[in-house]
Amino acid sequence: MKCQRCPKPATFHITDIERGKPKEFHFCDEHARQHLSPSSEAGDKADISSLAEKLSQGGLEKARETSAADKQVCPCCQMSFQEFRNTGRLGCPYDYEVFRDELMPLLENIHEETRHTGKFPRRAPRDPVRQTELIQLRNEQKRAIAAEDYEMAARIRDKIKAIEFDQGR
Amino acid sequence: MNLDDLTRTSGEWLRGTGPESDIVMCSRIRLARNLNDFPFINRASRLERTEIESVVKSSLPHLDDDLRFLDVNNLSKLDCLFLKERQLISGELANADGPRGVAFSPHENVSIMVNEEDHLRIQVMLSGLSLQEVWERINRLDDQLEERMAYAFSSTLGYLTACPTNVGTGIRVGVMLHLPALVQTKQIDKVFRALQKINLAVRGLYGEGTQAFGDFYQISNQQTLGKSEQELIRNISEVVPQIIEYERKARQQLVSEKRQHLHDQVSRAYGVLKTAHTISSEETMHLLSSVRMGINLGLIDDLAIPTVNELFIHTQPAHLQKIQGSPLVVDERNVARASYLRSRLSNGRAPAEE
Ligand SMILES: [Zn+2]
Ligand SMILES: [Zn+2]
Repeated sequence: MKCQRCPKPATFHITDIERGKPKEFHFCDEHARQHLSPSSEAGDKADISSLAEKLSQGGLEKARETSAADKQVCPCCQMSFQEFRNTGRLGCPYDYEVFRDELMPLLENIHEETRHTGKFPRRAPRDPVRQTELIQLRNEQKRAIAAEDYEMAARIRDKIKAIEFDQGR
Repeated sequence: MNLDDLTRTSGEWLRGTGPESDIVMCSRIRLARNLNDFPFINRASRLERTEIESVVKSSLPHLDDDLRFLDVNNLSKLDCLFLKERQLISGELANADGPRGVAFSPHENVSIMVNEEDHLRIQVMLSGLSLQEVWERINRLDDQLEERMAYAFSSTLGYLTACPTNVGTGIRVGVMLHLPALVQTKQIDKVFRALQKINLAVRGLYGEGTQAFGDFYQISNQQTLGKSEQELIRNISEVVPQIIEYERKARQQLVSEKRQHLHDQVSRAYGVLKTAHTISSEETMHLLSSVRMGINLGLIDDLAIPTVNELFIHTQPAHLQKIQGSPLVVDERNVARASYLRSRLSNGRAPAEE
């Protein structure tokens, strides 16, 4: 058998699992090394490219039929699902709620599981409605300032202060 | 904090002690955490980033670890690179702009990056194979931070992160291995392949492209959701001893089959490092790798492992320029590097008198 990328004989037969299905590769020594070599950055850079790949594999097909999903926007941070697909980064914690239906298949693809079984913070997570209140208020404040409505901005600031005080910050 | 003082020291994780430290350089764990009341970094304004920074800063005096905060936004490019070479900050934090920083301990075992991809990137590193101890330390630190700030957390998805690849535990468990014999005997690909099959990531620590300068590789988990921190640590802890075993066998193979060749290679590497007058970073890493293995095989007896570990870091571009006290272009760096190596390897004689 020949190498998939050059005329040399294939000495490595590699099976990768992609999207749950085995995929076979046949390479010569050199191309096997290329295929298997780790990327250089010690950080998390490799994850991003593999995420982009997953987004375009699993995510795109689905999104083509439902471009409506793309237009969904988080009320908290104004992130659209399309923007997330382009950047691979979410805009705020609430996005996991807003884009839940789109994110779950992606999470399963990345992690093969969808439910957290690890550490819980000692403090009980706050009421989910209140969780996003501050982010929303800060956004309203930004918009008020942008519109030069300083009275409104001051009122929102006081609300923010009150919540922060409640939370013992 | 004066960064120049750091040029005379190195992180404790380089001291070359702890279990299996001839092959395992260090064990590290990082946790990604975000504050519940702020948007993730790409949606956070400068003001919000400053606030995030101050929430973290105000928690520091209440921690058991003695962490000092460094404002990365006001650092020169050189200082950013210097911190990156020491593994205290990531390339992403070094190259970003806007309010951001890092808090770290005097021994450099513990660091918290603020406003990187996530609000907090907490990291603990210890010399040798000691993941359990690293976990205990970082878990305690995480608990103490959590007393002072509300993390973004969902009971079903766990810790919420800017990128879905980190959601859940937010944990990255990494072991940094020195594998020169597996590289030389061309068995390293087999190891990569086996690790990829069980969904672990392997990355060269230094260098660009596919070449891992110095033969250092980091093995880490990719999955963060659906398994507990302990399970993910166990996965890595079970695999690493096998790789150590392979590397030891490969070294034994080199010793028994090619003893003279190996001794020659190690002695030449040591000789070049002690006498060169200009040397690139790449060649330095390559030769230091041989020397490091040579010490561990008893072929060099007048040089200590911590010194070699330190030289891997101190001969990198930003370190050389900080040590020299002036900016250097590539050619100048190669000369400065050779001179620095000669002085550090001059067997107890006074540092180079030129
Ligand atoms: Zn080929
Ligand atoms: Zn959002």
